Amino acid sequence: MPGAIWAIAELDDEGQPTRLAQELATLARGLAAEAGADATGVVLGAGAATVQAAGTAFATYLPTILTLDVPGTADHAAAAAAAPALAALVRERRPAVVLVGASPDGKDLAGALAGLLDRAVLVNGAAVRWADSAPAVEMSTFGGRLVTQSVPTVEEALILVRPGSVTAEPAAAPGTVTAVMPAATETLPLVRVVERVQAEAAAASIDDARIIVAGGRGVGGPDGFGVIRDLAEALGGAVGATRAVVDAGWIAYSQQIGQTGKIVKPALYLAVGISGAIQHKVGMQTSGTIVAINRDPDAPIVEFADLVVIGDLFEIVPRLTAALRARQA
Amino acid sequence: MRIVVLVKAVPIVGNERLGDDRRVDRANGLEANGNDEYTMEAALKLTEAHGGEVTLLTMGPAAAAEALRKGLAMGAARAVHVSDPALAGSDARTTATVLAAAIRRLEYDLVFAGADTSDGLGGVVAPWLAALLGLPYLSYGSRIEPGPDGTTIQVRRLGARGYDLLEAPMPALVMGTQVLGEPRYPSLRGIMQARTKEIATWSLADLGIPAETVGAGVAGSRVTSTALPPPRAGATVVREAPDVAVARVIDFLAARRLI
Ligand SMILES: Cc1cc2nc3c(=O)[nH]c(=O)nc-3n(C[C@H](O)[C@H](O)[C@H](O)COP(=O)(O)OP(=O)(O)OC[C@H]3O[C@@H](n4cnc5c(N)ncnc54)[C@H](O)[C@@H]3O)c2cc1C
Ligand SMILES: Nc1ncnc2c1ncn2[C@@H]1O[C@H](COP(=O)(O)O)[C@@H](O)[C@H]1O
Repeated sequence: MPGAIWAIAELDDEGQPTRLAQELATLARGLAAEAGADATGVVLGAGAATVQAAGTAFATYLPTILTLDVPGTADHAAAAAAAPALAALVRERRPAVVLVGASPDGKDLAGALAGLLDRAVLVNGAAVRWADSAPAVEMSTFGGRLVTQSVPTVEEALILVRPGSVTAEPAAAPGTVTAVMPAATETLPLVRVVERVQAEAAAASIDDARIIVAGGRGVGGPDGFGVIRDLAEALGGAVGATRAVVDAGWIAYSQQIGQTGKIVKPALYLAVGISGAIQHKVGMQTSGTIVAINRDPDAPIVEFADLVVIGDLFEIVPRLTAALRARQA
Repeated sequence: MRIVVLVKAVPIVGNERLGDDRRVDRANGLEANGNDEYTMEAALKLTEAHGGEVTLLTMGPAAAAEALRKGLAMGAARAVHVSDPALAGSDARTTATVLAAAIRRLEYDLVFAGADTSDGLGGVVAPWLAALLGLPYLSYGSRIEPGPDGTTIQVRRLGARGYDLLEAPMPALVMGTQVLGEPRYPSLRGIMQARTKEIATWSLADLGIPAETVGAGVAGSRVTSTALPPPRAGATVVREAPDVAVARVIDFLAARRLI
């Protein structure tokens, strides 16, 4: 039997596997079923009870869950605390493929793990499928202008998978949860968390939103985002932004889409008062449907949108919100 | 504070393409990776406030020197350019290995890296490098400041809902984001001074790395196929008055089952 396919769980603030983790688990299950291999989930966290609870939740998706209690992750940066234990587990059990989420925490963990294991990482995966018994990783590169498929040239590759590779689906029956304690042979310097600071009102995350309403400089100021928020709420979506408005301090960096912000792929992307500069385009152009509202018929976004409304956003957006609400009522 | 700033020279955003060998074409104009300019700015501000010097370090082809020149004009003291024909087609593993060897030959308190690169979107070189060098790793920095007694570094790490304040003794490796702040424009004086600043060029032999252990030949992955994304049909443009326009948007979204 070929080596196992592993999915590493990332946990949210409540200690539950994130949507991305659920997608990785679903992906691992599909790949394993095709190859006749085992699919295994790995949960790392601080405290036996915490990892047991997270493991049980993750077992909704996978037949086998291994949990590792890594006390250091409680009050230290997680990647350096967790990577040595995970590296030891990989050495002990030799999975064929290790899937890690391409989130900030996932990339930190994969980089540290790769350093310890001296192993290749395939980054930025949009999809993973078998090709001649190798896991072929599809990537969208050059800001969505090219799609490539790559295979590892080495055994036991690490693969970073972006949100939206598959739709998360629970398994037919829940799996079993086993606590393991591999003996780590290496350590990485721990970095202390002095303080965890929560933003006052965190906006809905754009990472895995199905609908994003994004505002640009055209909204005119921080108050202008009011109409964007209302529309997002009427659509059940999240609020996104361009760098111009993040730099201006109108909205938090966590909502920025583009080259130095996040890369998103919602089913619907509504760009309001956004010109569509290349650095913004690379973050959103693989979205399912793109609708733009702009008063300039020559704005670059017109070239890669599906529907463009030419006009003043302050005349159009509130009416659109009202019409959507009326439709729902 | 002696700070080594890692700068990757990437294809100009919007001009990227693959060469016939299915590797990123690096002969079509290069610029400093956007994320690396934020850490460059943060390093310059730190040394201006607390003393010390900034050294730029890149691994890349001859044309990568242009990206270094800009950083020197912004105010870095010197630059190191690791360049070797054998490095063409390098993956993150080779990059981390070679940069680690170069950093071991430098004197530093901090190493700065960017969150990711516009041509690779990997975001793994920084933690990989920290693991190889055995350095504390502080990532996704939105603010970087010396600790209270000057022997440590404090970094605000951006999270989904706020930030974690991290602290570690120096030397350490810090990965930073755009939130660190806009990079400055080089002044005319800076540009003049940059011409006389040293760019040391190191080969693999200088670093004691055998050529056969790096580069395309040992890359951990291989591109097997490329395709163009499905084209968009071209936009439907609505120019009617707001009420009519809104009705058309609703019809469009409903037809695509988005509402
Ligand atoms: C290294 C680097 C990295 C970058 N990274 C990013 C990134 O990650 N994300 C990003 O977004 N940008 C990024 N940028 C910036 C990018 O180049 C653009 O400057 C930015 O995207 C422009 O934002 P905008 O569309 O909001 O503003 P503008 O370009 O000013 O566009 C505003 C638009 O609003 C329209 N408008 C104005 N008023 C109205 C109205 N009343 N009704 C309707 N329409 C109206 C205008 O016609 C115009 O098209 C980066 C740049 C660099 C150099
Ligand atoms: N060839 C390189 N030369 C110098 N620095 C690099 C190189 N490749 C990557 N880096 C650094 O590592 C960061 C992350 O790169 P990556 O993991 O490739 O996305 C970049 O922002 C740079 O700071």
